[in-house]
Amino acid sequence: MDKVQDNRAWFLIIPVFLIVAFSAILPLMTVVNYSVQEIFGPGQTLFVGTEWFGKVLADDRLHDALFRQIIYSLAVLAIEIPLGIVIALGMPGGRSAKTSLTLVLLALPLLIPFNVVGTIWQIFGRGDIGLAGATFRALGINYNYTSSPLDAWLTVLVMDVWHWTSLVALLAYAGLQSIPPAFYQAAKIDGASKWAVFRYIQLPKMRGVLVIAILLRFMDSFMIYTEPFVLTGGGPGNSTTFLSQYLTQMAVGQFDIGRAAAFSIIYFLIVLLFSFVFYTIITNTGSGEKK
Amino acid sequence: MDLQWMAWTLPTALFFTGIATMLVLMTVWELVSPTVEAKGFLPMRTTRGDRLFIGLLGSAFIHLGWLAATDAALWGALGVSLVWTAFVIRFG
Repeated sequence: MDKVQDNRAWFLIIPVFLIVAFSAILPLMTVVNYSVQEIFGPGQTLFVGTEWFGKVLADDRLHDALFRQIIYSLAVLAIEIPLGIVIALGMPGGRSAKTSLTLVLLALPLLIPFNVVGTIWQIFGRGDIGLAGATFRALGINYNYTSSPLDAWLTVLVMDVWHWTSLVALLAYAGLQSIPPAFYQAAKIDGASKWAVFRYIQLPKMRGVLVIAILLRFMDSFMIYTEPFVLTGGGPGNSTTFLSQYLTQMAVGQFDIGRAAAFSIIYFLIVLLFSFVFYTIITNTGSGEKK
Repeated sequence: MDLQWMAWTLPTALFFTGIATMLVLMTVWELVSPTVEAKGFLPMRTTRGDRLFIGLLGSAFIHLGWLAATDAALWGALGVSLVWTAFVIRFG
């Protein structure tokens, strides 16, 4: 029997479409309108064409922030993905109290609000009252995230790893749990080493969840704002000023709405490009196997 | 309805009208002749809408690249973008 096509189902998405229109499409259109004008105040505007885009594209501070952002996101992925896999491999399997306890402990950092995470690490790293800062000081290590760019970077990175590796571990764990025991039994009969089991059974079976983990962690880290803002305020100097924070400085700090709007559109296009590339990879992952 | 807060200008209104027109025309085209996933020079199978999206996203970056590289008028970038979008839709 032929499948009946009933396009009336499309009407069901009208409420979602309306909500998205009011919360995303109209504001985005407004940002586009602002990006070609000098905004003096409500109703007081001057059309400047693509001038803001030209200025933003030639802005060295933006290039630096973009460069820092890319390095940061790549560093986050390079640490969190392998670490999350290692943690997942070491977690107890099956249904036991130990498994439940591990899952709860791992989920804890994910439940803490972003600004609280920033505050925790701000205090934790302080040389006078923070546990880590005071320990480093007692060991004779000259650690100070408020004056050393390297220390600030390391602290922001470690904070992110502490906050988000659990997510990767939980996703990888879910992937591992979905592998039928028959695979392991076959590997045992073949006398496969632990590495061979990981390389040829566990890693391929985790591919789907790992792509999602990479996508989530890349997008989140690429848009990071709250934690570094609370921890370092973008400093010392501009060493931990990432794209979101630079944008906020421009829009809220300097009230340079037109330039910030142009910057927002470029930022949006970069995020859109990466999202599209990842989306394409995700939807095409495994399609080669079916052929 | 007061739309003053949106700070509309004629060029941006024309821009969004163009995008909206494209979406309407693509919908009509889809109803008249439904798209078939095809594999061209792009590394994955794409529908007509996918190729339009890739064309438009590419066009945005062509315009930004043009602005960053030269002071010449943006009409050049528009011409390159039209060729790029047409190429992607036809051969992508």
